[in-house]
Amino acid sequence: MSIKRAACIAGIYEHPTRHAPDKSLAQLHAEVAKGALEDAGLSKDDVDGYFCAGDAPGMGPISMVDYLGLKPRHVDSTDVGGSSYLLHVSHAAQAIAAGKCDVALITLAGKPRSEGMATGTAPRIVAPSVPDAQFEQPYAPTIANMYAMVAMRHMHDWGTTSEQLAWIKVAASHHARHNPHALLRNVVTVEEVVNSPLVASPLHRLDCCVITDGGGAIIVTRPEIARSLKKPVVNILGAGESPKHTDGGRIDLSYTGIESAGRRAWAEAGVKPADMKYASFYDSFTITVLKQIEDLGFCEKGQGGKFVADGNLISGVGKLPFNTDGGGLCSNHPANRGGLTKVLEAVRQLRGEAHPRCR
Amino acid sequence: MMATKRNILAPVANVETQAYWDAADAGRLLVKKCLACGEPHFYPRALCPFCFGETEWQETNGEGEIYSFSVMRRAEAPYAIAFVKLDAGPTMMSNIVDCDFDRIAIGQRVKVVFQPSNNGHKVPMFTPV
Ligand SMILES: [Zn+2]
Repeated sequence: MSIKRAACIAGIYEHPTRHAPDKSLAQLHAEVAKGALEDAGLSKDDVDGYFCAGDAPGMGPISMVDYLGLKPRHVDSTDVGGSSYLLHVSHAAQAIAAGKCDVALITLAGKPRSEGMATGTAPRIVAPSVPDAQFEQPYAPTIANMYAMVAMRHMHDWGTTSEQLAWIKVAASHHARHNPHALLRNVVTVEEVVNSPLVASPLHRLDCCVITDGGGAIIVTRPEIARSLKKPVVNILGAGESPKHTDGGRIDLSYTGIESAGRRAWAEAGVKPADMKYASFYDSFTITVLKQIEDLGFCEKGQGGKFVADGNLISGVGKLPFNTDGGGLCSNHPANRGGLTKVLEAVRQLRGEAHPRCR
Repeated sequence: MMATKRNILAPVANVETQAYWDAADAGRLLVKKCLACGEPHFYPRALCPFCFGETEWQETNGEGEIYSFSVMRRAEAPYAIAFVKLDAGPTMMSNIVDCDFDRIAIGQRVKVVFQPSNNGHKVPMFTPV
């Protein structure tokens, strides 16, 4: 069974806040749920599937279902970090195709900015029962220095430069200036990126995404329902997933999980990189974007640095405009999880709702 | 630039891994090897992650080379994290210590040293040969 055209994205909402000390975490989940339902033209009672991940307070989906007053017949709290919400879209489509629900609500929210969280630079404490914890925690891995090792290896293998990586931030900043809600709205230059302080070599401060409060929500529904609503229909064509790991110590940073996940998604959808006029890429760091571009086949392995340089990712300038809302690098990275907002901007593009300067 | 001393979080061993940390306290670096397929792996497990075969502890020469690294500058005491490919086969996460951080390089030969964590138990780290 394929999910191709089995379901549609009928509602989206991105919370306009980037700093929400005056709101509770559960409240943010409720506000984005309400926003996405209003966008779709559906009501709370229509929701019969609910999806959330580790950012949602409580045990799996249970506390949020209670708080939101939902009565779902299908729930899923798959948590694989920031990409959870992409899996949720895929799983919602599967559930709809299997007749397990008709209207699926996916929510994300978080408050790392108002909580003063050192998202990328402080080691995270992991329960001792997590099997890798004792073999990693003593060495103080952080989000930043782990991605930095990927960048360091790419530079070693392919001669990729800090200036090439910087172009990714530059492109995001060109888009963010049109987004009134973006946290960082100033256009930056390659020089400004490479001259910003090193966080974890070779990544600089401006190679990193923002830390923001906020959230977003998505409504996935069956095509018959989507066609009865007011918004343009956005079809789901394919998806792929692939958790990558240390492979028993055969650590290989030359590829990411998206290489095989992407292969499955392209195959299911029946489209190819050359068909794409826009792309949403996860952008925790500049290197994250470059690795996806290579592993999804937008260019040859190792040529990502050349591909992203000279404005190739800037809307109206280059061949592959990406994250035209400014992405996580400049606009929003709610709950330190960038997956959901990537879906939102892709839907805005498909509906013709993206900023006119970035369509 | 030389490293300032960093507070090294003590590893929390369990029954599956106690021998590894006992060996570290005694100045030896161990890996696990599969009795069925013969492959070494890291981090150590009771059952082989490649074939689910039973495993045994194996001594290493404590040497390897840097596969990748990063110097964490945004920290109270800057430190170098790395993946070290052991001569014994697997690649492990570690820190590169007792050296000039600006001279660390991918491919560099390193050897294990044992540094005390915040409860006194030793943690294997690496320094250039
Ligand atoms: Zn085996």
